[in-house]
Amino acid sequence: MSVFNQSRSRVVQIIFLLIFVVILIQLINLQIFSSKYKLAAENNAIYRKIVYPDRGIIFDRKKKAMLENTISYDLVVTPIESKGTDTISLCTLLNIDTAEYKRRMHEIVFKYTAVKPSVFEGLLSQELYAKLYENMYKFPGFNLTDRSVRTYPFNTGAQVLGYIAEVDTSFLKRHKDGGYEMGDYAGMNGLERTYEKVLMGERGIKRFIRDNRSRIQGPYENGMFDTSAVAGRNLYTSVDVEVQQLAEKLLANKIGSAVAINPKTGGIIAMVSSPNYNPNDLTGSARRKNLGRMLLDTARPMFNRAIKGQYPPGSTFKPLGAVIALDEGVITPNYGYPCYGSYSNCGVIVKCEHKNAGHAASLRLALANSCNSYFSQVFRMAIDNPDYHNATLGYLKWKEYMNKFGMGTALDVDLPSENKASVPDTAVYNKAYGRNRWNSCTILTLGIGQDKMTATPIQLANMMCIIANKGYYYTPHFVDSIEHEQLDDTLYLAKYRKKHSVIHTSDTVFRAVHEGMHDVTVYGTASEIKVPGIEYCAKTGTAQNPHGKNHSLFVCFAPKDNPRIAVAVIVENAGFGATWAGPIGAFIMEKYLNDTIAADRLSEVERISKADLIPIAIKDWYVKKENQRQAKLILEAEAAKAEMNSESKQINIEEEDNSEKIPIGIEKNKEQLEMILPNNKNIKPALPPNKKDSSKKKNTNTSTALLIDESKKWLVKKSKA
Amino acid sequence: MSTRNSFVSKGVDWTIVTLYAILVGIGILCIFMVEYRSGTNWLQLFLGGKTNYSKQLFFAGFCTLIATFILLADSKLFTAFANLTYVFGILLMLATFVIGKDIKGSRSWISLGGGFNLQPAELCKIFAALALAKYMSMQNLDFTKKRSQLIAVAIVLLPAILSRFQHETGLALVYLSFFIAMYREGLPAEILIIGISFGALVVATLTVDPNTLAITLTLIAALLIYILRRQIKRNSKLLMMIVATWAICVTIQRFAVPYIFNNVFECYQSQRIYSAVGKDYDCSQNKHNKSEIAAGAKSSFKPDDYNVRQSKIAIGSGGFSGRGFLKGTQTRGKYVPEQHTDFIFTSLGEAFGFVGCTIFLLLYLFLLFRIVNIAERQRSTFSRVYAYSVASIIFFHITVNVCMTIGLFPIIGIALPLISYGGSSLLTFTVLIFILLRLDADRQMVLR
Repeated sequence: MSVFNQSRSRVVQIIFLLIFVVILIQLINLQIFSSKYKLAAENNAIYRKIVYPDRGIIFDRKKKAMLENTISYDLVVTPIESKGTDTISLCTLLNIDTAEYKRRMHEIVFKYTAVKPSVFEGLLSQELYAKLYENMYKFPGFNLTDRSVRTYPFNTGAQVLGYIAEVDTSFLKRHKDGGYEMGDYAGMNGLERTYEKVLMGERGIKRFIRDNRSRIQGPYENGMFDTSAVAGRNLYTSVDVEVQQLAEKLLANKIGSAVAINPKTGGIIAMVSSPNYNPNDLTGSARRKNLGRMLLDTARPMFNRAIKGQYPPGSTFKPLGAVIALDEGVITPNYGYPCYGSYSNCGVIVKCEHKNAGHAASLRLALANSCNSYFSQVFRMAIDNPDYHNATLGYLKWKEYMNKFGMGTALDVDLPSENKASVPDTAVYNKAYGRNRWNSCTILTLGIGQDKMTATPIQLANMMCIIANKGYYYTPHFVDSIEHEQLDDTLYLAKYRKKHSVIHTSDTVFRAVHEGMHDVTVYGTASEIKVPGIEYCAKTGTAQNPHGKNHSLFVCFAPKDNPRIAVAVIVENAGFGATWAGPIGAFIMEKYLNDTIAADRLSEVERISKADLIPIAIKDWYVKKENQRQAKLILEAEAAKAEMNSESKQINIEEEDNSEKIPIGIEKNKEQLEMILPNNKNIKPALPPNKKDSSKKKNTNTSTALLIDESKKWLVKKSKA
Repeated sequence: MSTRNSFVSKGVDWTIVTLYAILVGIGILCIFMVEYRSGTNWLQLFLGGKTNYSKQLFFAGFCTLIATFILLADSKLFTAFANLTYVFGILLMLATFVIGKDIKGSRSWISLGGGFNLQPAELCKIFAALALAKYMSMQNLDFTKKRSQLIAVAIVLLPAILSRFQHETGLALVYLSFFIAMYREGLPAEILIIGISFGALVVATLTVDPNTLAITLTLIAALLIYILRRQIKRNSKLLMMIVATWAICVTIQRFAVPYIFNNVFECYQSQRIYSAVGKDYDCSQNKHNKSEIAAGAKSSFKPDDYNVRQSKIAIGSGGFSGRGFLKGTQTRGKYVPEQHTDFIFTSLGEAFGFVGCTIFLLLYLFLLFRIVNIAERQRSTFSRVYAYSVASIIFFHITVNVCMTIGLFPIIGIALPLISYGGSSLLTFTVLIFILLRLDADRQMVLR
C-alpha cells in the first residue's frame, strides 16, 4: 500500500548483498589463498607416531652377525595423566626416592611438556620389567614401550662397531635434515656412526587424529598417508670374527693395537685396540654407569688406538725407507754400507746392534739385520739427492713419497675421527732450526722411524699392504658391500673399490725388499717366530718413546709369494718387537691363513694373553681408584651405622656404652679408614708419596695418545730392531 | 502439502517453509558432525536422546508444533497483543535481575524447571519486532517527525539496554538491527551514514597510529575546504560544519575511543575487539582490570585469541571443497570451543570448504531476499515493518556470527539462525518466521 520509501528496499537488499560479498571475500582469503591454516590444522590435529625400524645388522666375512637386535623396554610417562600414581611403590620398584621422582617429573615437564609421553626410566632390566609389568595398573599415565637395542653375540669389536645412543640437542642441531627427534637413537661411534644412514633404515610414520587434549581419536584417513617402516640395511664387512676375537685375546692385559688387512682388497680383517671393552656393556640399563667409567678410565678403552694412536714406527719403517730410496734411484738393491756398530757421520752417534763387517753389504742383508747405520745413510742419500739441489727440496720429495704410502695422511677408513699421525712438514723443521739451517743430518733418525715421525697402526698395516702388493693398495675399509646397494652407497663405497697405484718401480725393487723381510723371519730378529706352513715376510720394531719402556712393534705380511694378509701390531712399553708384538702378529696370520691355530701353539696363545704388560702407572691409577671406591663404601657404611646407632640411642638413652662407639664425625671416620685400608689385602698398598707423584706424571703422559716429546735427549740412544 | 487443511495452508509462502526446513536440517547435521566420534554407535546415542543433535531434533519437533499453532492462529491476534507482549517481555527481563539464573556468567536466564531455561532477551526480539510494527502502523503516525522517530528508537533500545545490563552484549547489539527496518520506513539516511562513518572511524582508530590518523583527518578537512572554497564564500556555515566535523572526529579518535576501551569496556571485550582487527590490547590500561588487580583478583591474562585462531584454522583448513562430511580433523578433535553453538559455522567450513560455505550463505541470502520480497508485497504497514524486522534480525545474526568465526568481527555470543544448537534460539527464529508467514498469508487483510 505504502509505496513511500519503496526505493529503500533496494538499498536494504544491496546492504545484504554487500555484507555477503565481504564474507565471501574473507572466505576465499581463508580457504583458498591461505595455506597456513591447513598446516596449522595438521599441526593441531594430526599426531605423527614414529615407527622405528630394526637397525641393520653388521656381518663378518663369513656372514656371521657381529651384532644383532633385541627388544628392550622403556618406562614412559605422560605427566598430565599420571595423577593417582602410587608414587611410593613405583619409587620402591625403581629404587629411587620421592624427591628424585619429583625431580624427574619436573625435568620431563620442563623439557618435553606434560602432555607428551617421555622416557622416565630407560632400558629396563628384564627383572625390573617383569616387576613393573605386574604393577602397571597402579601407575596410570605410565607405560612400557619397547625399543630395539643391540646385542653382540661375539662380545667383540666394540671400538670398531661403535655404539648407539640417544641423540642430544647438539646432535639434533648438527643433523637438522636427518629427521631425528628427541629420544631417537643414533650411531655415535665406529661403523654405527659412519653407516648410520644405511643402518637406521627409514622410519615409518603413523598418523593419528588427536583432540584438543592430545588424546588419540583414531587413525587419520584410515591410515591412507601412513608409511611403513623400512628396516635398516645390513652391512657385510671383511672382518673375520674369529681372527678379531683371537687378536683381542692376544692383546688382553696390554696396551696396544693390532690391524690386519687383506692387501688384495683393502678389507680390514681385524682391528683391535687394547684395552678393550665388552660392547654389551653399552647397551641395557647399566649403560650410563659403564660409559662414565670408561670415559674416565685413564687407559682409555673407548679410544681406538688402531686409527688414533700415534706411535713412532721405529724399525718397521725401514722397508719403506728402502723402497723410497730405490724408487728415487739413489741406491740399488746391491748397495751396501760398511757398518761397524754405529753411524757417526753426522756428529751424533746412532748405534747399531751388529758390529760384524758386512752385515749391511746389501739391501737384503741390511733389512734382515735391521742395520741402523745402513738406513740412516740411505735416508741421508734420499734427502741429499742431487736431483733436488738442497735438503729442503729433497725432504719435500721424500715427504711426498711418504704421503703416497699413506704415512702422515688420513687413509679415509670408514670409521670416524681417524688420525693422520705425523710426517712433519718442512715448516716444523724451519721453526725448530731456522730456514735452511737443517739438513739430512739434523733429521737423521727419521731414517730409522724415529724423530718426529709417527704413524697409526692402520697406516703401518696399509704400508705393509703396499709393499706386499708391490706398489698398490686399496684404501683400508670394513664394509665390502651393503644390502640392496643403492646409488648413494655405491658412490660412497667407490673409494674403497678403487686401486691406488703408488709407484711403478720394477719388480726387482720389491723383490729385494721382500727377500730382506723374509730373511728377517729366517735368521733375523723374527727368526724365533714361525707360522706353521707359511713363508712370511716381516719386520720387527722397537720404538723409543718418551713415555718409558720401548714400544714393541711388528709388521708382516703372508704368504710371501701371494700375500693375503698384512698385519701391524703394537704393544706399548713392552720392549723388543720380537718378544710380544711379533708372536701376536704371527698368530693373527696363522688364524687367518690356516683357519685355526696349531694345537701345540695354543698354550703359547694363553701365555701371551695372560701376560700383563700394562704400565705400572696405569695400574697404580686403578689401585687408587679402587681404594677411593672402597673408602667411599666404608664411609657410607659407617654413616649408615652411625645413623642406626643414633636412632637406637634415642630409644635407649641409658645404654651409654653404645654412644661411646658412635663415630662423632667424618674426621673419626677417616681415621678409621686409614686404619682399615692397609689391612685390606685385596687392595695393593699405595705407593710411597715420592714415587706416587712421579708415577702420576707418567700416568697422564701415557693417557695422552703418546705424542712424541720435543726434546731429543733420547735421540742418541740406540735404536734397535 | 496438498493434503494440508486448505484453511491453514492457504496463502502460506512455501518457499520460506522449505528454506526453513532445509536450514534446520543442516543445523542438526552440523551438530551431529561436531558430536560425532568414530567408532561410537551414533544411532544408539541418537535414540538415547542424550546427545545434542537428538536434543536439537527434539527442539525442532517442538518448534514445528509451535509453528503449526502460529499458522492456525488468527493474524489479528498478533496486532492485538503486540503491545501487551512487549510489556510482558520487558517485565520478564526485569525479572531476571531478581530471579535470574547464572549461566556462563550472564544472569539472563529464567529457569523453567526440568532442565529447561528461558532467556527473555531472546524472546524479547519477537516482542520488540511486534511492538515496533504496531507503533509504526499507527494510523496517525508521521514517521518523518523527530518525536515519533525517537519513540520508535526507544522501543527498540529499551530491551537492548536491559540486555547490556545482563552482560549479554551480543543480544543487545541485535536490537541495533531494527534500524534497518526503521530506515526502510523513513528514518533519515544520515543516521545510517553517520553510524557507518563512526564505525569506520573507530576501526581506523584501532588500526592506524593515532598521529597518522589525526594528520590524515586534518588533510581531508583541508582538502574539502579547498575544493569547496567557492561554496564556502557564499555560505560560511559550510566551513563551520567541516571544522566541527573534523574536531569531532579528532576528539573521538584521540580521546573518546581510548576512553571507552579503557574505562567502559571490560578487559576481555577490549581484547576481543582489538584481536578482531589483528592487534593486541594491553589490559593493564583497563580500569576494570586495574580495580580487579587492586582488589587482589587474578592478574591480567595474556591476550586470548585462541577461539578466533582455532576457528580460522578450522575454516581455512577446509580449502576449496572441504574435507568431507565427518572428516574434519579440527571438528573431531574439538579444537574450536563452543563449536555446536556460536562456532557452528566452522564445522561447515571445514567439512564442505569454500563451495559448501558459498552454497550455505546463498541459502541464507535467498531467505533474506525472499523475506524482503514478502515485506514489499504487504498491504499493511504492520506486516511490512514486522517483515523487515525479521529480515534485519536474521541478517544481523548471520553477519555477526559468520564474521566472528572468520575473524572479521570481535567475538560476541550470538547464534547462527536455525543452525546453532539451542532451543531458545531456534524457537525465537521459528516464531519470528512463522508469525511473518501467518501475516503474509493474510496479506489481503488490512491489519492495524
